[in-house]
Amino acid sequence: MRPVLYILSFLAVLASAFWAYRENYATQAQLKHVAGLHDEIATLRENIALQRAEWAYLNRPDRLRDLATINFDRLGLLPMEPMQFGYTNQIAYPAPPELRITGTIETMGSLNPADVVNADPEEQTP
Amino acid sequence: MIRTPLRPLARILDARAKGQNPDVIERENIAIRHEEMRDRARARAALRLRVLGLSFFMAFIVIGARMGTLAATEPTEPRSSGGATEITAQRSDILDRQGRILATNMLTYSLYAQPNDMVDPVHAATELAAIFPELDPAALERRFTDGRSFLWVRKVLSPEQMQRVHEIGDPGLYFGPREMRLYPNGTLAAHVLGGAAFGVEGVDSAEVIGTAGLEKELDARLRDPAQSSTPVTLSIDLTLQANVEEVLAAGMRMMNAKGAAAILMDVHTGEILSLASLPSFDPNDRPANPTEGEPSDSPLFNRAVQGVYELGSTFKIFAVAQAMDLGLVNTETLVDTNAPMRWGKYKISEWDNHNYGPTMSVTDIIAKSSNVGSAHIGLMIGGERQRAFLGTLGLLSAPQIELVEAANAKALVPNNWSDIVTITASYGHGISSSPLNLAAAYATIANGGTKVTPTLLHSKTRQKGVRVLSERVALACVAMLRRVVTEGTATLANVPGYAVAGKTGTAEKPRKGGGYDGDKVINTFASIFPANDPKYVLIVTLDEPVETSGPKPRRTAGWTAVPVAAEIIRRIGPLMGLRPQIESANLNGLTAVSAPDVND
Repeated sequence: MRPVLYILSFLAVLASAFWAYRENYATQAQLKHVAGLHDEIATLRENIALQRAEWAYLNRPDRLRDLATINFDRLGLLPMEPMQFGYTNQIAYPAPPELRITGTIETMGSLNPADVVNADPEEQTP
Repeated sequence: MIRTPLRPLARILDARAKGQNPDVIERENIAIRHEEMRDRARARAALRLRVLGLSFFMAFIVIGARMGTLAATEPTEPRSSGGATEITAQRSDILDRQGRILATNMLTYSLYAQPNDMVDPVHAATELAAIFPELDPAALERRFTDGRSFLWVRKVLSPEQMQRVHEIGDPGLYFGPREMRLYPNGTLAAHVLGGAAFGVEGVDSAEVIGTAGLEKELDARLRDPAQSSTPVTLSIDLTLQANVEEVLAAGMRMMNAKGAAAILMDVHTGEILSLASLPSFDPNDRPANPTEGEPSDSPLFNRAVQGVYELGSTFKIFAVAQAMDLGLVNTETLVDTNAPMRWGKYKISEWDNHNYGPTMSVTDIIAKSSNVGSAHIGLMIGGERQRAFLGTLGLLSAPQIELVEAANAKALVPNNWSDIVTITASYGHGISSSPLNLAAAYATIANGGTKVTPTLLHSKTRQKGVRVLSERVALACVAMLRRVVTEGTATLANVPGYAVAGKTGTAEKPRKGGGYDGDKVINTFASIFPANDPKYVLIVTLDEPVETSGPKPRRTAGWTAVPVAAEIIRRIGPLMGLRPQIESANLNGLTAVSAPDVND
């Protein structure tokens, strides 16, 4: 009985050593991966900060004012006046789209009302 | 184990036979046995000590080896730490009230050289001078070759310049990462933001420190690593600021002024929506502090905060408000306005030596801006009370705002508050204060009489300041100020749709040697709008303006500061979402006195 116990515990030690070895390297690999991700996040953050700065620079009021002045006529702009305030109910809804009638529509019917009721509805649509 | 008997029979018998004592043999044997036992115990103890010593030795070897490796290896950050809230920038961004960027950071590179590693210093120096025109090739070459091992070449580089430096290909030129403060809007709100510069510089990083304005005042907050990812949100509105600065600059040009300032302030929260001072500068490239001449002529000078001026007739409303609050007068009380008034050796006259008649109502004194009338009201109040009241309004101290320059802009107040000071102070002469103080004082009148502290930080809560004036008096004062615009000295401010109330102020500049300079004036227009429900205070100050469209040059605020302020209100009203009031029918009894048709 005793030798079996010895062998079993020896095997258990071997197995746990193997497991610990693998875990160690798996953890190190994950840490490297996380470090890589952190680097990537930092780079992306830097890029975002730079793009936000560029966005702010491109949207600086001086530039927008110049662009608006250059394109004043082309875009049909109007000077902003205090009297341009309106209420939402003064704005018209968009006009409903016009019916598009392109082809001919054949309509056929019968004078007998019973035929109309019995007719297949799919046949009547063009 | 073989036991040795203590009394071996053979020896005992032998001893008995010889007549000796057999007990001696026993004792002898016992002694021998004890000696053996002692030897064994000693050997075991020696072995134990050796084992213990060996284990201690091993432990010390392990610790020593570990210490040795720790000391010999490069320190590294623990890898698994550092979560999602990593520090992105070393200095917080500054945003306007709508989240638009006013100041941010940009990653760039600095250029430094280690001449020991250089292959061809002469070639590198000429090439660098070709890229950066401000560098002198000869001086650079001398510095590269005089034996030093390190020198800075440039603090920041653009990516294009960096590429060109790469193309020189000299191994002795190095780049160090730098976080640079960037103000994307250029000169906009320059005096609010101030500027930033590099502090202690290292190869891998440099600290960015605020050098002026808000950047310096809030330096600790902006540099706090715990809050570096949380931006500071200001009360400034970028759109309003841009419009105010544009109109103010145009007004300054048209009125031939050498400087101008404008402050737009929310009367309830004390938030500064716009603070402009012209001429301005670019905080990205902040000029050096002036070393000669008047500091107030430098573009770095913030006229809205640092400028301490005699603000003239804009002060008259304070005398009237206090007299009404004390119950000395009401809006219709007739006050002696017989000009010129004599007080001791002094003569107080009206503007342009007018005489508005023997008496005038308090409302007319404000509307026509009568110095003599205000002087009489000031004398009714008395110096002691007047000084206390102006102090409560904050006009006699340095302005309180998150700008580092504010603390030095102390109001100039005479030490001895004599009667003549009381008289001059009631029409805004003899004491000098910052336009920002004036804005805060007008906000007190506009919001119903509670004190407001101006702030540049965005807050949504109304300030609960101490009550300075009763609500009834504050309302009546706004109505009187509305009369100034409808039929007084500021009729050019009558912006259709926005019931503007305000008071003009024209103050001659004190001469260096004493006395006043008639041709150099400070024109101020302090306005409140909309008058029927005051929300904003706008102060416009022009430095030495002159309006030359008429036959003779005009230097009163009514002709210079007022039209500029009117244009600002007309422009920013819609931007602030203020709907123009077409009708003014629902005015209450007090304001109905001056109920104007705002649509005319």
